[in-house]
Amino acid sequence: MKNNRRNFIKLAGLAAAGLCVAPKTTLASGGGHSPVKPGANARNAKRWAMVVDTRRINTDEDIKALQDVCHAVHNVPDVPTNQNIMWIWSAPYEECFPEQHNPYLDDDVKERSYMLLCNHCDNPPCVRVCPTKATFKRPDGIVAMDYHRCIGCRYCMAGCPYGSRSFNFGEPREYLDPTKLNPEFPTRMRGVVEKCNFCVERLAKGLQPACVEASDGAIVFGDLADKDSDVRKVLRENFTIRRKPTAGTEPSVYYII
Amino acid sequence: MHYGGKIIIGIVIFVGLLLSPFVFNVGKAYKQPELKLPANEKKCVESLEFMRTKHMQLLNEWRDWALRDGKRVYVNHEGKEFEISLQNTCMKCHKSKADFCDKCHNDAGVTPYCWDCHIQPEGLK
Repeated sequence: MKNNRRNFIKLAGLAAAGLCVAPKTTLASGGGHSPVKPGANARNAKRWAMVVDTRRINTDEDIKALQDVCHAVHNVPDVPTNQNIMWIWSAPYEECFPEQHNPYLDDDVKERSYMLLCNHCDNPPCVRVCPTKATFKRPDGIVAMDYHRCIGCRYCMAGCPYGSRSFNFGEPREYLDPTKLNPEFPTRMRGVVEKCNFCVERLAKGLQPACVEASDGAIVFGDLADKDSDVRKVLRENFTIRRKPTAGTEPSVYYII
Repeated sequence: MHYGGKIIIGIVIFVGLLLSPFVFNVGKAYKQPELKLPANEKKCVESLEFMRTKHMQLLNEWRDWALRDGKRVYVNHEGKEFEISLQNTCMKCHKSKADFCDKCHNDAGVTPYCWDCHIQPEGLK
């Protein structure tokens, strides 16, 4: 058979047709093919936010109870030194709101303890400085961590104006009780930064974040972009402040005073 | 030849060392590791051949889909849906890391770091 252009094009056409009916398994997980979707019950929002009612959650015991729930769900180790890992913790007024000092503030407000956690900022400095994009902002506003990519450089810790990030100096598993682990959630390894993730894994299943569930209504969680949502209702009806407004990070955690 | 004896002895030792793995294993047939397959589940997420050769690529994509794209349901080629999760989907059928993952990984001399964070079904030691 003479090998000319016409024959070549015929053969190429046949080969292309053959590829179309080739067993699909060989094409699975090929570039561009993504047979995935969000879960049927997943909660969706344009901008997740949290409102903490400090009239109801204001003692160290209240906050410790929520911290225990959060840390148990996410296998957060309790390291008995200043290298401890914190997803939720408590601080006095001056530490929580260092820019809103007023020597004649109501004693009640001044003496409360405030629940602190990652603020999931609109303009997160941690994301901007992360060299590996291990920390990133999801379209729904949650600032998430990909521990697989974290190289432990701790730029994000330097960038975060709220100290919301903890570094695993040691092996976190040494400080976890193997009998009390949550087998549904991983632990972390040594040398990565970790922080609150607004319970993305629970939102994906249609649940509320663990601290919201445990707070008995004192913490409200919902979509800021939806004006009929619970958070917007609570924000309309109460006076709220956010931490360090001058940092310009636009936190998504609001405090009812 | 200057130092000829020493050089030749050196070459003999070097070649001996180089060939020693072949000499030690001569006559022994390679035996594939015997995996413990799940008792009540016959089919994996994808076909056997695919999982055997490409599970690492699939897991790699799973982790990006779940964590970075927030899409946690995988639809396989038969249209069946699975939750994207190493710990909560894969290891619910493959109930033992030691009897399943480790056998091949030890055989192939690879040590993936999945279990530095993910909790194996046997629990932490």
